[in-house]
Amino acid sequence: MKILVCITHVPDTTSRIAFTDGDTKFDTNGVQYIIGPYEDYAIARAIELKESHGAAVTVVNVGGAETEPTIRKALAIGADDAIRINADPEDSFFVATQIANVAKDGDYDLILMGRESIDFNGGVVHGMVGELLGIPSVSPVMKLDIDGNVSKIAREIEGGKEFIELKMPFVAGCQEPIAEWKIPNMRGIMTARSKPLNVVDPVDSEHPDKLVKFELPPPKGTIKMIDPGQMDELVSLLKNEAKVL
Amino acid sequence: MSVIVFVEHDEGRIKKSSREAVCYASAIDAGDVIALVCGNAEPKEMELLGQNGADRVLHATESRLDHGDIQAYASVISQAMDNENADIVILAKSSVSDAVAARTAIKSNASFATNVTELPNTSDGFMVKRSIFTGNAFAWVKLLKAKKIIGISKNAVAYKEEGGSAEVSDFSPVLNESDFNSTVTGRDKATGVVLLPEAEIIVSGGRGLKGPENWGMIEDLAEALGAATGCSKPVSDLEWRPHREHVGQTGVKVSPNLYIAVGISGAIQHLAGVNSSKVIVVINKDPEAPFFNAADYGVVGDAFEVVPKLTDAVKAMRD
Ligand SMILES: Cc1cc2nc3c(=O)[nH]c(=O)nc-3n(C[C@H](O)[C@H](O)[C@H](O)COP(=O)(O)OP(=O)(O)OC[C@H]3O[C@@H](n4cnc5c(N)ncnc54)[C@H](O)[C@@H]3O)c2cc1C
Repeated sequence: MKILVCITHVPDTTSRIAFTDGDTKFDTNGVQYIIGPYEDYAIARAIELKESHGAAVTVVNVGGAETEPTIRKALAIGADDAIRINADPEDSFFVATQIANVAKDGDYDLILMGRESIDFNGGVVHGMVGELLGIPSVSPVMKLDIDGNVSKIAREIEGGKEFIELKMPFVAGCQEPIAEWKIPNMRGIMTARSKPLNVVDPVDSEHPDKLVKFELPPPKGTIKMIDPGQMDELVSLLKNEAKVL
Repeated sequence: MSVIVFVEHDEGRIKKSSREAVCYASAIDAGDVIALVCGNAEPKEMELLGQNGADRVLHATESRLDHGDIQAYASVISQAMDNENADIVILAKSSVSDAVAARTAIKSNASFATNVTELPNTSDGFMVKRSIFTGNAFAWVKLLKAKKIIGISKNAVAYKEEGGSAEVSDFSPVLNESDFNSTVTGRDKATGVVLLPEAEIIVSGGRGLKGPENWGMIEDLAEALGAATGCSKPVSDLEWRPHREHVGQTGVKVSPNLYIAVGISGAIQHLAGVNSSKVIVVINKDPEAPFFNAADYGVVGDAFEVVPKLTDAVKAMRD
């Protein structure tokens, strides 16, 4: 079995969000980058499947050279090799086009990624890659097992989950509790250094949208503290001042 | 010209979020508003979409569409766009909406944006505001293609119910075997509870509640308020509560009118999922808990004493 895991290189979840250049660029000052938490689930499940069923796991990322430490982390977790498509991930259509191009000749049985990136939260790349390749896509996937060429999946629906069966190949957008996040061990980190990381050029792609500017939400007003003995007062404030009851 | 709204239903009943999407389409004012409903929805419910601003309802009756197959939905929408000469499609956020938007955009060669929080600005091209960094920022994005697919968040438009009923006509798109790829083998779905994404009020509990046996008081408060219940990530990781209640960056993103957090510290990843709530109340015994910085009302106290008192006060107000 061959598994392709698509990872993002995104600001750590505790990053301060700020913009520069007249609110047109993300301020990377002091920001630590990580594998997106949803992709961390995807890679963890891929490694589990590799251990239980035998699989070759390739990770792919669309990004500049600065994403290589993030890619190496995925190799340290247990992926066998990596592809970096050397381009800024400008918009989700561009990213999906690049991934589909790499995937189309790769004969992958499974293409796993996160349900969404945590920077732009588009939630669309799995669907677009599936459509571009002409194969099914499922998301958000909470459980994924393999039985022959059929995959047994639990996908999230409003208020619960639905169990489905689907033939490979397909694309899955992953989320918890599909697997537990894996932390690379020392041996993994050492071997990751010598695993292949192939850099490829992007293919031409159009840009169906254009970012104009960023905006921060208005600052939160001041908090009103209520004495723990005065819950009647809290209820009255919620009803008459905040008007939410 | 017309605008198509992809309308979802839950066992026949049209979702409130989809009605909101119809309101959004009607407020854009870009031609006839056509609500597209797939599968076995109740006829009366479909007619009532007229009250939200639908001019007509297209009903794709094909029974295979009862199950949420992303590819099939995308096929139905893009055929409806062709038939109705529609340039814009609106979808309300749901577990399938982003993926359906993605596949439809490719099929119909359209620009797209998900998590849109306001009406578009059309003073210079067609620009939408979308939520990014899990609610911590926004991006204004220009959609450049003639066709546009827009996924909206809750509260992207003022909800209205007026006007009459809409005429429903059957729609029979051409669907292939390849549009239906998965077999449903089961479902595990909460019934009779308020679901988080649609809830106006949410009572959420964290690790400060010590164990699952203490959730009775959270449920009592939620019941008194007609609220949904939520929790922090460790609480669902520890299986004190079901995963569907996990709120935050890696769980459900919510935007209720009122979010009450009990015994939750307010880690940045939790806040990311609740920061578009209108009003936040925090109950925590630690005055230094970071959640107080994101709250409108705060109570420093022991949840085991405060919550039952709050429930009594709510009941007294409701009587
Ligand atoms: C990549 C990543 C993603 C994450 N995603 C999420 C997410 O989506 N959602 C999420 O919630 N977390 C998420 N987390 C975890 C997050 O960082 C916090 O660990 C978590 O939110 C803490 O949960 P908690 O507030 O319930 O527990 P704690 O941090 O342990 O806080 C418990 C709180 O209860 C208070 N307390 C204790 N006893 C009482 C009492 N008797 N009365 C009143 N108050 C009391 C304490 O003062 C404390 O503030 C994520 C973490 C990472 C690294």
